[in-house]
Amino acid sequence: MTATVSYDDVEVGTTLPEQTFPITRLNLVMYAGASGDFNPIHWDERFAKQVGLPDTIAHGMLTMAKAAQVVSNWVGDPGAVVEYGVRMTRPVVVPPGWDGAQLVVSGTVAEKLDQRRVAVDLDARVGGETVLAKARAVVQLA
Amino acid sequence: MAMNPALVGKTYPASAPYEVGREKIREFADAIGDEHPAYRDVDAAKSLGYDDVIAPPTFPTVLTFVTGRQVIGDPELGIDYSRVVHGEQRFEYSRPVQAGDRLSATVTIEEIRAAAGNEILTMRSTATDSDGKHVVDVVTLLVVRGTAAEGSTA
Repeated sequence: MTATVSYDDVEVGTTLPEQTFPITRLNLVMYAGASGDFNPIHWDERFAKQVGLPDTIAHGMLTMAKAAQVVSNWVGDPGAVVEYGVRMTRPVVVPPGWDGAQLVVSGTVAEKLDQRRVAVDLDARVGGETVLAKARAVVQLA
Repeated sequence: MAMNPALVGKTYPASAPYEVGREKIREFADAIGDEHPAYRDVDAAKSLGYDDVIAPPTFPTVLTFVTGRQVIGDPELGIDYSRVVHGEQRFEYSRPVQAGDRLSATVTIEEIRAAAGNEILTMRSTATDSDGKHVVDVVTLLVVRGTAAEGSTA
């Protein structure tokens, strides 16, 4: 592992650069293929509405994967993420068209741990509403 | 119908080894829109200290799809899959997954409980490499909407 961020340079409250991730229907189809999760709520609008959803929704795991990029881009080495967990609190509705949904993710160092590790809490929102709760990554720093 | 709580602690047979390929990692990285070179370029991965390209942190979900089906398809469990939503997910790594790994996963039911009229099922899949060394634990919590037995809070 080769983190580019030193444990000594980080304090509780250090913020990670915020990123915005567009999520379109194309992304959902690609993620279905890559992950093997072909649940039609992620690509068939009519089916999604039949089961009570407002529209096609993103895979929770796709939202989780995008949010992780705020951490891996900050630390430089994605392999430095030693633990990562989230709670999916609200479905990310993905309308048709190329704008899709806009996922905004920011991060803050919440705790300094032993072994030069830190816990980073992530804030993930779409349209101002929180979509992931208890989103925390433990990262091995240099 | 409620799930069978007697299955807490049940461990299923290890899955057949999953061989992690470079192109599968690239496909997954493309699908999540992550452009990090360590997923695509062997030299970039080596400069970070790895033997081959590594996989994104959430990649093991590809592997645990198989183990999850072992649990959900268990007739003794009695889960109504049409009511399932994904509630929580966690990855606990000993090392990153990398191309060339042959990973085998064993899943255990950790918890079955009622919560506000729903039911919660927590599964833990432990993935080891061909040397039997631990690589990652994947914890998945599923919420089954509106199936809790009578007597639990609605």
